[in-house]
Amino acid sequence: MKNSLITLCLAVVFNSQAQQQLTGKVVFRATSETEALAGASIYWLNTSLGSTTDDNGDFSIPIATDQSRLVISYIGFKTDTLTISDPSKKLIHFMREDDSNSLDEITLAQRKKAVQKSYIETQNILTVNSAELLKAACCNLSESFETNPAIDVNFSDALTGTKQIKMLGLTSPYLLITEENIPMVRGASQAYGLTFTPGPWIESIQITKGAGSVVNGFESIAGQINTELQKPFTATPRFINLFRSANGRMEFNGHLNSALNDKWHAGLYLHGNQRNQKMDQNKDGFLDAPLAQQFNILNRWQYTDAEKGWVGFVNLRFMNDEKQVGQVAFDPQKNNSAIWGSEIKTRRWDTAFKMGYVIPEIPYTSFGFQGAYSQHDQEAYFGNRRYDILQDSGFVNLLYNSIIGNTNNTFKSGINFSYDRYQERVDTKNWDRIDRTVAAFFEYSYDNKENFSWVGGLRIDQHNNLGTFLTPRMHLRYLPDPKTILRASVGAGRKAANIFAENQTLFGTNRTINIQNTGGSIYGLDPEKAWNYGLSLRKILLSGDQNADITIDYYITQFDNQVVVDWERPTEISFYNLDGKSRANSLQISFDYAPSNTWSYRFAYKNYDVKTAYRSGFLQRPLQAQHRYFANVGWESIPTDKGKQWRWDFTYHGVGKQRVVAQNDNMPSKMVAAYALLNSQLTRAFSADFEIYAGLENIGNYTQANPIIEADNPFANTFDTAQVYAPVFGRMIYTGLRWNL
Amino acid sequence: MKNLFLYVFFCLSLGLQAQTSNSKKEKAQFEVVGNCEMCKKRIEKAALDVKGVKMANWDIPSNQLMLIYNAQKLDILEVHNAIAQAGHDTKKATANDEVYANLPLCCLYERKQ
Repeated sequence: MKNSLITLCLAVVFNSQAQQQLTGKVVFRATSETEALAGASIYWLNTSLGSTTDDNGDFSIPIATDQSRLVISYIGFKTDTLTISDPSKKLIHFMREDDSNSLDEITLAQRKKAVQKSYIETQNILTVNSAELLKAACCNLSESFETNPAIDVNFSDALTGTKQIKMLGLTSPYLLITEENIPMVRGASQAYGLTFTPGPWIESIQITKGAGSVVNGFESIAGQINTELQKPFTATPRFINLFRSANGRMEFNGHLNSALNDKWHAGLYLHGNQRNQKMDQNKDGFLDAPLAQQFNILNRWQYTDAEKGWVGFVNLRFMNDEKQVGQVAFDPQKNNSAIWGSEIKTRRWDTAFKMGYVIPEIPYTSFGFQGAYSQHDQEAYFGNRRYDILQDSGFVNLLYNSIIGNTNNTFKSGINFSYDRYQERVDTKNWDRIDRTVAAFFEYSYDNKENFSWVGGLRIDQHNNLGTFLTPRMHLRYLPDPKTILRASVGAGRKAANIFAENQTLFGTNRTINIQNTGGSIYGLDPEKAWNYGLSLRKILLSGDQNADITIDYYITQFDNQVVVDWERPTEISFYNLDGKSRANSLQISFDYAPSNTWSYRFAYKNYDVKTAYRSGFLQRPLQAQHRYFANVGWESIPTDKGKQWRWDFTYHGVGKQRVVAQNDNMPSKMVAAYALLNSQLTRAFSADFEIYAGLENIGNYTQANPIIEADNPFANTFDTAQVYAPVFGRMIYTGLRWNL
Repeated sequence: MKNLFLYVFFCLSLGLQAQTSNSKKEKAQFEVVGNCEMCKKRIEKAALDVKGVKMANWDIPSNQLMLIYNAQKLDILEVHNAIAQAGHDTKKATANDEVYANLPLCCLYERKQ
């Protein structure tokens, strides 16, 4: 834009000096914007006097003395012949595409950004699309955030190697994790749920920082992560993905999508993964990564009738996951009580039904219905400990969207029922609980379509264990100028803490469980309640051919009540209601820069001040670094006509000092050193439909020296696998392929 | 008591809708000349600022503006005039040359003589 203005000015200056030239610009109307047409030929009719446009669409041509008709032509566009009456005026000419024989090669593909920060939305939403997801080494939802600074990926325990995520300094139970807006990873599936969605199934991920929308429930405290799955209507008909890593992990994905008729589309998505190699790099006698086996199948049915305004989805899903961890010598078939071992078996069924109706005459009015039922059945033992959980979960949401006056004022309103039945067995004790909620919500949005918008929402929930309560949420967006976006948000959130399911790493220890029963409704504890306040500033420095922007986010979460998980005393884990303050303040400064279509850079610094009033004092949460640094460099070649392309990216995670809790009386709580993690991936696309990728994880080969405390003595009460602050596994190479058949 | 609260809440939102659906809705579609995303914002804003216009959606490739409005509250010519005042020509109203010239470069659409 700026460039073309300069060119325009230059052209005018130049024109006044050399009067024999006609200057101008040739542009065409792309789908959303006017773009310069480079390489168009310009000549005076019936003469040999001609010229072509440069990369900016600009041209200059000597003025013909005996001809006033100028021809502008370009393949794929209608050839225009113009009569020039005043050659001293700069000419701006629009070319129209020639529909009669349109050539596909002419459609200029604008590179779709892999990560899109919201511009129009009132809420602070980051959209991660499939191009970005491909950069992650592997293979499921929990591993999809490694190239993204908004979410921190942590190492949950030395046993299962399951990666836990954190946002704004809070763990995933404080996030509302939904799949196509239906709550998904919650309750029983909190610990491993993110690993149950294979990466290739994901179409895009929306990450909302801060208080979310009231439409999706009262549970989002730090934010919301929504996953959109592949849609049979738009997904590639046949897809195969194979993956293999040096630490023995193998994955298979196969997708099949087909149109049954013009309204019904069906998709079948299969996933299997396996690790059957025993690995113990650090020679502590324990497996570094579990032996694992997962089978996952999803069948989707999509109905679209655009004319009548109906859309619908039916999903059926089954998953079976088995893991074996513990000492290398452990064999589940042989009952040897001197060897520490563990097996975790999960079986999950999911069904979901969605329906939407848009009144064709008044497209701003629509109805939506969502219904889902799932059963999550986990059976596990860890050495001598046992943990089983069975959760039956039902969810119904009725939604109505319309306007007040005109489409600058819209609202969403609806009712919502949810039901959860938990049956848990912890060692020898049974815990059963039923959660039931009836709720109504109303959310109003105003947008002046220029520089200001706000969303205000309120929901009333009537919950058998949490009581009847209101959840207010509010979001503001203001643009002082088109390149500066200011956002603010405030909202409340609540949660019934499923203390065992959310803290399953405790079973990989021999700590005694200590629950301070105060007569509350959930394990004798009170529901959690928090307020979240957020401010975000985004400044766009460059746009167009070059992109650069800087974003500063500051979020505060303050707990009115929290179920404090206290690991501070060796050999003990305590759960109690918050007595005092608990807060999570997070600052993120990020800078994104894409100087061309081939290179892109992302840098971020994050500061977390996450402190809770423990019995032993007001302390930074353990295993939470105060400083984190992030950098990502991406390069991709311009794809050839046949789709051949190279893509490369490199990610750096700097993790600052972290506090680890006291391990025994001789090893008090301490800070562990900062470290860096480096990952890189290279992809070669041989065509638009076939590509091979390979990568290295943890290039610096940084590992935690003794991830398992008392590894030699796994039945001692100080044995602990939960204090992991760095990778257990060193440098790892992997490779895979993707094929659209 | 609690259920009553929920009920009132829900009725309120339905009531809001009833209010909006009582008015007479009409559809209209006509050409507005423009180019880009910025034009789209400007055209839709100009249309929505006319009282009685409920929805305005301008399609970039076809240059067609789709309107839903309350025919009792306004004459469609008012919308043409409002859009022309913002700088965009329609078949029934032409923008002032000065307003046109002040549009950003990407919005300088091809004017029909």
